[in-house]
Amino acid sequence: MGSIVIVGLNHRSAPVEIRERLAFPADTIGHALRGLVEREGIAEGVILSTCNRVEVCVLADESYKGTKAVKEFLSSHHGIPLPEVNEYLYHHEGEQAVKHLFRVSSSLDSMVLGEPQILGQVKDAYGYAAEFRTIGPILEKFFTKAFSVAKRVRTETKVASSAVSVSYAAVELARKIFGSLKDKTVMLIGAGEMCELAARHLLSAGVKGIMVTNRTFERAVKLAEEFDGMPVRFDELLSHLKMADIILSSTGAPHFILSRPEVEEVIRIRKNRPMFFIDMAVPRDVDPDANQIDNVYVYDIDDLNNVIETNIEERQKEAARAEEIVAAEVLGFSRWLEAQQVTPTIVMLRKKFEEVKNAEVAKAVAMLGAEDPKAKRVVEALASAILNKVLHPPIAALKKDPEGRNLMELVATVREIFDLPTSGPQSPPAGQPKEGERVE
Amino acid sequence: MHISLLKVTTLFYLVGALLYLYFIITLHERGARLGRMFLLIGVILHAAGFVARYFAAGYTPITNLFESLSFFAMAIVGVFLLTELRYNLRILGSFIAPLAFVFSIFAAFLPGEVARLAPALNSYWLPVHVILLFIGDAVFAIAFGAGIMYLLQEKEVKRKRLGAIFKRLPSLEVLDEINYKSLTIGFPLLTLGIITGSIWAEYAWGSYWSWDPKETWSLITWLLYAALLHGRLTVGWRGRKAAILAILGFCAVLFTFLGVNLLLPGLHTYSSLSG
Repeated sequence: MGSIVIVGLNHRSAPVEIRERLAFPADTIGHALRGLVEREGIAEGVILSTCNRVEVCVLADESYKGTKAVKEFLSSHHGIPLPEVNEYLYHHEGEQAVKHLFRVSSSLDSMVLGEPQILGQVKDAYGYAAEFRTIGPILEKFFTKAFSVAKRVRTETKVASSAVSVSYAAVELARKIFGSLKDKTVMLIGAGEMCELAARHLLSAGVKGIMVTNRTFERAVKLAEEFDGMPVRFDELLSHLKMADIILSSTGAPHFILSRPEVEEVIRIRKNRPMFFIDMAVPRDVDPDANQIDNVYVYDIDDLNNVIETNIEERQKEAARAEEIVAAEVLGFSRWLEAQQVTPTIVMLRKKFEEVKNAEVAKAVAMLGAEDPKAKRVVEALASAILNKVLHPPIAALKKDPEGRNLMELVATVREIFDLPTSGPQSPPAGQPKEGERVE
Repeated sequence: MHISLLKVTTLFYLVGALLYLYFIITLHERGARLGRMFLLIGVILHAAGFVARYFAAGYTPITNLFESLSFFAMAIVGVFLLTELRYNLRILGSFIAPLAFVFSIFAAFLPGEVARLAPALNSYWLPVHVILLFIGDAVFAIAFGAGIMYLLQEKEVKRKRLGAIFKRLPSLEVLDEINYKSLTIGFPLLTLGIITGSIWAEYAWGSYWSWDPKETWSLITWLLYAALLHGRLTVGWRGRKAAILAILGFCAVLFTFLGVNLLLPGLHTYSSLSG
């Protein structure tokens, strides 16, 4: 048995130059995992490596030694002297480590709070460890729990519910205006990075087609090829506009390229089928007054930024609720973990004293004369009674409800004062007594 | 037996409405699921009560205010459950279930005893005329709910402050589609209801149309919905305009049904409070 330790670094603790040096590319992870668990004092190990973080989670015999071993592993595996990176590394032990992984999986520790990828990445890390057999019963249970905590956070709070990037916010809005995007057409005016990103999101959301126009027709053709769309000459923009449901615009024009009367005309021709203008240009391309026309919606870059700002604020509010869920789950899991430590300790304690008793009884019986069965019974009974009475208080203390006490410390103390081996017998997680011993 | 059966459904509609309101506030799926269950049980009991009363009274029980309000509530819940099945639009329940409950509780406070049927109502035209109109009105109630939702959602998108309403209400396009579908179903029912009524009036009163207040207001209602349908089909009225007209139309429906009964005496006075 032992303690869970996590050593790692993330976007807050380390700049990208350090993160990339300590990252584990997918094809080297098996080798790394094996190297990790071969180290002394490390029983199980999982490595999570993404562009924003590296986390090495191990089950160590002793937390202090475990932290040291993992740091040495990081340094030697990457061939970087430890002092060079030590300041960027954080480490969590025991309950802190449990909390850390739960928060990471629930995306509460992410750069973009609530972003959905991290859970998949944690699952991948778990998958690698399972594939290379470096995960055992404790970390197995630990990671499975982390997944269910993340799921709880996702379903019970709104931490991941609304878009927090401009392009996603545009897609979310389009969905609320049009419902299904399947039969909708996009018009892309000009070429801005954010517009192209939004166009890509819309395409993956399933829009029917895309038209691309640009002042230089060649660029429109090139971009249209990229999006598998239709290039449109800039001077034909107005005549094609009636086919467009969603208009993404970011030209460098110094004035509006679409005035309110022009939009009114188009919407009339369209028989009021709604149009959604996403104007990412500064200065703006679409007259904001057009937003007052029925069935026309005009959002400029500030509007979209406001939308995501409110969403971010909401996520932060929801994060407080998520932290409560995590705290409750940490408590639950720590209890389970402690129980895993207590049972084998009791087993070892009894075993040790039984051995002492048996040796002493044998000696005493030999001195009294081996042939007297009655004497042997009396000595045995005496020794057992003393043993049970002496052992009762420490065992009862270990078994008592751990409410408000640090059980791990108690376990460590008991092991120390009775000189029990720290790693102990590799007892199964349920702590089943071995060799017919009885646990009281 | 049938009276208590009809009145106990009010309780189911109340619980259903509360569950749907709980759903729109918390967005807990269970609220919507349980709400739908309560409405479903309520409407089944309601139908059973309706049939029981039919056999007890010997005529289709839609002759006085208690009976017609009760029937209207049942029609609204029934049409809503079908709409939900088609569009999977649970949030609509948060708007429609309370509406059905209001009609239902209104009915529950009226005397429910079976009265002797007025001789003029003793006709096969009674169920045809009244049921057509009430189902049509129930369909318009759905359009009314969708219209309110549309205006709320549209305001949210236009104001560009996307808050709780934005997240909870469905897309504008779906709401507009419900508006249109309701119109294409409700309008023919309303038209047929008026025509059958007119034929019946010729038999019973000797004249197809006598400008009785109920008839006048039916015509106003019909004209409103006719204008909306015409606008939709020819000049492409939709969205906000259509939503407002659907709301106005339903107000006219309510006035034709309740306002006329309670305020404007005329030939149709069977279903006033005293009758």
